[in-house]
Amino acid sequence: MRRQPQSSPHPLRGATPGPLYPVGGTGAGETILPVDNSVGVWTAREIAERVPDPELPVLSLADLGVLRDVRTGPDGRVLVTITPTYSGCPALDEMRADLRTRLAEAGYPDVEVRTVLHPPWTTDWISDAGRRKLAEHGIAPPNRIGPRPAGPVPLNLSPPPARVPCPRCGSPRTTELSRFSATACKALRRCEDCREPFEHMKEL
Amino acid sequence: MSFDNAYEAISESNDEQHWAFGTGFDDPLSDVDKTILSDVDRADLATYCLMLGDDALILSQRLAEWCSRAPELEEDVALANIALDLLGQARMLLTRAGEVEGAGRDEDALAYLRDEPDFRNVRLVELDCGPGPGGDFATTIARLLVFATWRLALMTHLTNSRDPVLSAIAAKAVKELAYHRDHAAQWTLRLAGGTDYSRERMTVALATIWPHLPELFTPHPTELRLAAMDIAVNPATLKSEVDSVIGQVLTAAALDPPATPPPAPVTNRTGRDGAHTEAMPPLLAELQHLARSLPGATW
Repeated sequence: MRRQPQSSPHPLRGATPGPLYPVGGTGAGETILPVDNSVGVWTAREIAERVPDPELPVLSLADLGVLRDVRTGPDGRVLVTITPTYSGCPALDEMRADLRTRLAEAGYPDVEVRTVLHPPWTTDWISDAGRRKLAEHGIAPPNRIGPRPAGPVPLNLSPPPARVPCPRCGSPRTTELSRFSATACKALRRCEDCREPFEHMKEL
Repeated sequence: MSFDNAYEAISESNDEQHWAFGTGFDDPLSDVDKTILSDVDRADLATYCLMLGDDALILSQRLAEWCSRAPELEEDVALANIALDLLGQARMLLTRAGEVEGAGRDEDALAYLRDEPDFRNVRLVELDCGPGPGGDFATTIARLLVFATWRLALMTHLTNSRDPVLSAIAAKAVKELAYHRDHAAQWTLRLAGGTDYSRERMTVALATIWPHLPELFTPHPTELRLAAMDIAVNPATLKSEVDSVIGQVLTAAALDPPATPPPAPVTNRTGRDGAHTEAMPPLLAELQHLARSLPGATW
């Protein structure tokens, strides 16, 4: 799979923070603003919205739908509220650190990052732009599920139906190879036409 | 890379850039609404959080033992991902337990510095179901099927808890556990429908796990007191739902539920009382060794 240069969740990840935007993470028709870290150019919300997700750096935290709120107090203190994707998501701490780093660079040194669990995140929180960016980077986006019915979760005894077209050639003929891929949020599939394996961000 | 020495990059001075799995994580409930309802007994609530947290922590440890040893690479990744989900649930529940207890114990103190009789997990999760000598992949799948089905039912009901933290943790856990249960169910079908040999191993696996089912539905007095206040779930109420789901899987796999009797009770105490099997001490030794050998170490 093609990866962004800064995408590897490697323990020795560069000490120098990357650019304000994920390299190549913006799609056609989107304005690529120049990187300017001088104080006061961007609002805290604009900065926070553009922080890339540590595990899926083609997406910003806003695209992923984990950024719930950004408030700036009269004293310049910034309160950011985020929510975890999965209970054990190891990226949550990285997100907090990235938010603090990026906001500090942009002139907001006093940042508090809060976590909320309710309402729980689902893949339906991923924005349309986020879905497009995932597909552009070879990751099939999750289908939208809508409101979940209350009560017991029905049992699935076979892999979910192939509603996941290949993000490379568009073929609808794809097969699930593994329900769990490199991260908990993705499954591994293969296209039966172009024969390429690809990842699918599975519905949660 | 902007460092000259690899050790520099993993030193404390560069902490903000770490991709770290160890100590130094923020409290996982850092700013979640931590209201404790005024009518709730704090000791009971703390104990209940320990019970549910220990179930997840201990099974997470068992599943992690498969890392690099699963039958295929995809399964290695799958079991590790399931373990990670459970570890996340455990961290939130143990943190909540420590906060409610109010004695200054955090998730690390509860995970690493408690002795065996203080662990409140059901015994099903501590059993050696492979890759150790006590089992094999089929036994691990049989245990995961039972555990995930039971915990999914429990967490589904717990979303209605009056405790805001338990309710929020449960709502997240439900989505994860549904994947775990379906994964185990699909493997049960594959093993039962594979060769005669794989079917035999799956049959033996079910017989190994089945004696530990009754404990899952035996309520502890703490659970009953909290269930009466709509804080906890009485596990006895889950039995028909769990039996029905497992029955669906076994029917699809054309397997009969084993008729193995439960083990004789040990002075009428269960894992929820801190009475564990001989599998528990070596598990805890591995889990706690580093933290106890080097008190205060960070990694």
